[in-house]
Amino acid sequence: MQKIEAVNDFVVKFANINGSGSASANELFARAILRMGVPVSPRNIFPSNIQGLPTWFEVRVTEHGYLGRRGGVDLMVAMNPQSWEQDVREIDPGGYLFYDSSKAVPRARLRSDIHVLGMPLTEICNDTYSDSRERQLFKNIIYVGALTTLLDIDPQEIEKLFGEQYKGKEKLFDSNLQALNLGRDYAREHLKPIALKVERRDRVGDMVFTDGNSAAALGCIYGGATVCAWYPITPSSSVPEAFERYAQKLRTDPVSGEKRYSIVQAEDELASIGMVIGAGWNGARAFTATSGPGISLMAEFIGLAYFAEIPAVLINVQRGGPSTGMPTRTQQADVLACAYASHGDTKHVLLFPEDPCECFEMSAQALDLAERLQTPVFVMSDLDIGMNQRLCRPFAWDDSREYDRGKVMTREALDAGTDFGRYLDVDGDGIPYRTYPGTHPTKGGYFTRGTTKNAYATYSEAGADYIYNMQRLRQKFETAKSLVPLPVLTAARYPARFAAIFYGSTGPAMQEALDALAEQGIYINALRVRAFPFQNEIADFIAAHSKVFVFEQNFDGQLTTLLINEAHVNPASLIPVLHYDGTPITARFITQEIAERVARLNVRPLRENMVA
Amino acid sequence: MTYIAKPRLHHPSLAKNRVGFTRRDYEGKISTLCAGCGHDSISASIIQACWELDIEPHRVAKLSGIGCSSKTPDYFLGNSHGFNTVHGRMPSVLTGAYLANRDLIYLGVSGDGDSASIGLGQFAHVMRRGVNMTYLVENNGVYGLTKGQFSATADKGSRSKKGQSNNDAPIDLVTLALVMGATFVARGFSGDKTQLVPLLRAALAHQGAAVIDILSPCITFNNHSGSTKSYDYVREHNEAVNRLDFIPLHEEITADYAAGELVAVRQHDGSVVHLRKLHADYDPTDRIRAMSYIQEHAARGEVVTGLLYVDPEAADLHRQLGTVEQPLNTLGAAELCPGAKALEKINASLR
Repeated sequence: MQKIEAVNDFVVKFANINGSGSASANELFARAILRMGVPVSPRNIFPSNIQGLPTWFEVRVTEHGYLGRRGGVDLMVAMNPQSWEQDVREIDPGGYLFYDSSKAVPRARLRSDIHVLGMPLTEICNDTYSDSRERQLFKNIIYVGALTTLLDIDPQEIEKLFGEQYKGKEKLFDSNLQALNLGRDYAREHLKPIALKVERRDRVGDMVFTDGNSAAALGCIYGGATVCAWYPITPSSSVPEAFERYAQKLRTDPVSGEKRYSIVQAEDELASIGMVIGAGWNGARAFTATSGPGISLMAEFIGLAYFAEIPAVLINVQRGGPSTGMPTRTQQADVLACAYASHGDTKHVLLFPEDPCECFEMSAQALDLAERLQTPVFVMSDLDIGMNQRLCRPFAWDDSREYDRGKVMTREALDAGTDFGRYLDVDGDGIPYRTYPGTHPTKGGYFTRGTTKNAYATYSEAGADYIYNMQRLRQKFETAKSLVPLPVLTAARYPARFAAIFYGSTGPAMQEALDALAEQGIYINALRVRAFPFQNEIADFIAAHSKVFVFEQNFDGQLTTLLINEAHVNPASLIPVLHYDGTPITARFITQEIAERVARLNVRPLRENMVA
Repeated sequence: MTYIAKPRLHHPSLAKNRVGFTRRDYEGKISTLCAGCGHDSISASIIQACWELDIEPHRVAKLSGIGCSSKTPDYFLGNSHGFNTVHGRMPSVLTGAYLANRDLIYLGVSGDGDSASIGLGQFAHVMRRGVNMTYLVENNGVYGLTKGQFSATADKGSRSKKGQSNNDAPIDLVTLALVMGATFVARGFSGDKTQLVPLLRAALAHQGAAVIDILSPCITFNNHSGSTKSYDYVREHNEAVNRLDFIPLHEEITADYAAGELVAVRQHDGSVVHLRKLHADYDPTDRIRAMSYIQEHAARGEVVTGLLYVDPEAADLHRQLGTVEQPLNTLGAAELCPGAKALEKINASLR
């Protein structure tokens, strides 16, 4: 029988029961490999449930640093009888099955083309521990112990991690270490060695390992947000929760205990966006975090903020839709809903972070952009980067960086007799000046409304005033193009006729796919779009290629629609390639789709330097 | 409404208040509501109360929802910032504004459609949180701007102008405010400014969630016989529980009352509300009793007005959150950004 052999390049999948404490043990496993200098990319695949339903944790060990989901499983750690059939089926031929053999499994429920490693985990736990919770929790640590032996993971690294986790809690440290060694000893004495190995490398460098939601929250701290209003919704709830955690440490006066931030858990998303808009109107930096259904509820308010020109930041951690959808699955399916959110003619600035580092950077930048442009700005994260820990560049901050508070007219300027028209374009960039409430006893006050107003914020239903306002807003959106992050080009080694456009969490899988395709002689120029409105670079890029594959994690090809509508590109040159089953897009999917489509377009590499 | 613009020039002999403003300085644009609208009397009362309280007009932020009542902030305090938000959502926008700057005085203006129907949830939650604001409901039992539909405060059996009878039970906003934890709850009548102005003064000084439900008849759609929100009906059924004298911090108490007739309630900021009792058994600091009192009288067809409840020890949202004294909107990068060094530490903890 064939045996999958790999060093630092394989996928281990843990099948567990939700609520059994497996998540922290599995994370320990992933971190130990990281500490050996080998990149890993874990993904938590969880149900909308607190206890009892199946949950999976997939760890991709990847010396090359390919952090997208690979697809396929080399070693399955099957700890959940409920999902047994499915889990066993998923293992690649020649792969490995590690399972709890306390209860014998009939041969018919196994496969003949995989290597089976049984360990009587329940039996060992029942013999060692009397407390039922201990039996459950230490079972997880025991299997991690066994895996360290099987995969050659340095137990010293786990011991160090225990030391950090249980600092000052000697008892817990000892008991965990004991459980780990129990697993190690059993594996050494009873289990056949396998051909998947971890070897120490130096490929992690100064990268950090964190999730996009925490990073976005930290970005809001660094970006100067002082008001956070939110309503719990998966997968975004950990953004405000992390904001609170960071703010307690970083924004609380150590002496007086006074807080330089405020957080309100609102009664619904309508109230949370209302609070953000009220705070923005009043000159504080404010944000909310939500997911698709929340965006739908906020739509009316988003239109008001657009027309009344009030800064607001919305971090949208996208999930499967529509409606209540698949709250624990990932998608990029709110692109159109956010780009055009609300009734009337509205268009909004969107930012597409690729990983936690960009969640940090773009959340901080969004706060600047919102005030500069006086408009709602969306950070379009998703569950895959929001809730999974991902290896990424370390966070960086330039201490000389000032917050861009935008065009705010001061009391001094008003006293000097400066003409103040709240909706007057004085600089030709479409961005008017605003005053904060309470600025001046007799000047600069105005009444904020949606559309029925003139450039001086006086009530008006005159068509000419409406048109002036709309054209100015269009000018402002043009100005936005010069402020939002530029797309990032990954050029092929050879001149290429074909190209790919992608965005957000598709990034890592795409980079890996580009390498794999190049090995097959298929060379593709790839452009990662990082923002809407689209800069001219994007239209130029599309025009320079005969066909452009647009990779999206949604069903309707939403970015494709937006490109056709807003960048005015030739629809015939765009080929949407869509991945929308709720799981993160894989490099295997991208590679296969491109290879097949290129073949169908009858293009084959003839010689080494004449390429597709 | 009138189309004749008010003269901008003020007579030099107009009296000025302690902060140097005349009563006219508290006016706004000319009302576009119907002549005789109760809401215009409320706007006039707000102007009077703010002038008397020596509030600098620009230190007030006035926010409203959608509807006839929500148009009124344009008609008073013309130098203040105003915000006509979306239907029923003024409370959340005001909450956010209050979070951003705790130093301004917040006036929320709403109607019965805005607060009792589409915005009932936000009405309730803003009370729960103790947002430091004065929440006015200009309550006429009818949708004016959309021409005469019943609102959720219309009494069961009340008849519309077209002769339809209302079948749904009414929502009593003062009772709801009491249940939800408002710390100042009053009911007034737009036709009785002597009662309304002191209520407004006391509410504006209250450091917490203050709500005044103001019965304000709709002259066009709800002032006929058969309506329970008409001028005549409210006058006939008005049961005032007390008369108010509001004495700000800096004023001396000069009024003279017979013993036992007067209750003095000292608020958190030191100001004093003097209540002249009209109903001997009414205690405005007893929330539970206030609720049953209102219900008992409502069952008899009486509309209880006056200061119904006040909690002198009210705590507001900022106090509960423990935020800094300095308004959040004045903090800059120096106070808010932890800097590169702290970030390096965070990076180290993520390896």
